Amino acid sequence: MAWRDDWRRVRAIVWKDLTTEGRSKAGFNSVAALGVTILVLFGFALGPDAQALRDAAAGALWLAVLFAGVLAFNRSYQVELESGALEPLLLYPGARWTIFAGKLLANCIFVGLMLVIVVLVGIVLFQVRVPAAWPQLIGVLALGSIGLVSLGTFYAAMASRSRAREVLLPLLLFPMLVPVLLAAMSASKALLTGDLMHEASAWMRMLVAYDVIFVVAPLLAFEHVIEV
Amino acid sequence: MSSAARVDIAIDAQGVARRFGARWVLRGVNLQVRPGEMVGLLGANGSGKSTLLRILATLLKPSAGGALVYGHDVVKRPDDVRRHIGFLAHSPGLYDDLTARENLQFAASMLGLERPDLDAALDRVGLSHVRDERVRGFSAGMQRRLSLARLVLANARVLLLDEPYSNLDVAGIALMNELIGESVAGGGAALVVLHELAPAAGLLDRTITIREGRIADDDDDAFLEPEALAAAGER
Repeated sequence: MAWRDDWRRVRAIVWKDLTTEGRSKAGFNSVAALGVTILVLFGFALGPDAQALRDAAAGALWLAVLFAGVLAFNRSYQVELESGALEPLLLYPGARWTIFAGKLLANCIFVGLMLVIVVLVGIVLFQVRVPAAWPQLIGVLALGSIGLVSLGTFYAAMASRSRAREVLLPLLLFPMLVPVLLAAMSASKALLTGDLMHEASAWMRMLVAYDVIFVVAPLLAFEHVIEV
Repeated sequence: MSSAARVDIAIDAQGVARRFGARWVLRGVNLQVRPGEMVGLLGANGSGKSTLLRILATLLKPSAGGALVYGHDVVKRPDDVRRHIGFLAHSPGLYDDLTARENLQFAASMLGLERPDLDAALDRVGLSHVRDERVRGFSAGMQRRLSLARLVLANARVLLLDEPYSNLDVAGIALMNELIGESVAGGGAALVVLHELAPAAGLLDRTITIREGRIADDDDDAFLEPEALAAAGER
């Protein structure tokens, strides 16, 4: 069955990426440390005003996730490039979208773990009261992360062939992420401040639409960008 | 190229050309390899040997011309081609933080093998004693052997080998020859990029020399005596 083979390939890549990352540890530690550092710096910059900290919490959180995420996306192809394993990976028979899907899932888990740390640190540093609508807030974090990770994984594949990939990735990625970040930040801020204007659900619907586009389009286009 | 044509020929390249920027690395290579044949590909550095191999392996697209592997076009039907080929590149292409067995497990999953005998493959290449050790600590020769175990798992009909003897000791060379010999004897085909003919001397059916992107010499049907092999190596 073709779908069973595809699923087996996706699982194999998720397992391989997470196992190599888990054993090297350097990647996760540096990514999480960067995320926390950004939050701490924002906290210092905003000063001791509790209300100002709470107002800026959503923006600071998503910026920390964005910058730390770029490190993670670059790393996701670095393992293949360092060991010359990209060519064998491309030579396995079967649909190439499975490579993207596997890396997307692995990066989602990776960024999800980083997000847990960053959110917990953010709650403490920015004196955020956990809102009653916390399940929706988790939904926003998940939806925003999926859009960010999908585009990040896709553009990291595109930039992986370039010698200047560390520079190229943010240049390609950041403009494309503006709608996702805008929707995620706005929805997060609305939920953290009680959603008085009932705008969070509109931003969340927009996030769902962006996620569908930003997951499906890279899945379809991946074969062409990874072509040698 | 028609994908229905010449399935009796393992590799059929017609007018394959490839350029990188303004520089033509291959300038119209015609080449046929039949099942049961092992062909050595010779030539100086930069003559286009590895580029030709990478085009046949579907890693590069030709700028002109085309090639079939068991009747499958490398440009139009690359996935069908990939099901037939086993490619050994310069770099081992292994994951340093996975063990030898885990590297093979990953390869088996990607190849869609239901019940791969990983231990047998490791045993075959003499790495069963380090199967649970991470590849990071392996020597270059051991990594080469593990790449070879991946080829054993793939059980490909066409072997495309780029300098397969590099980093191998005498026992490794013998192992490589044994595996190529078995594949060819079983109706497979092998196209092997070589810098030295000596390691493959007893196996080669013929040699092809590439010079400046063109076939300079194809000694088809020549019986390769040691003197002839030495002469081919000097060309």
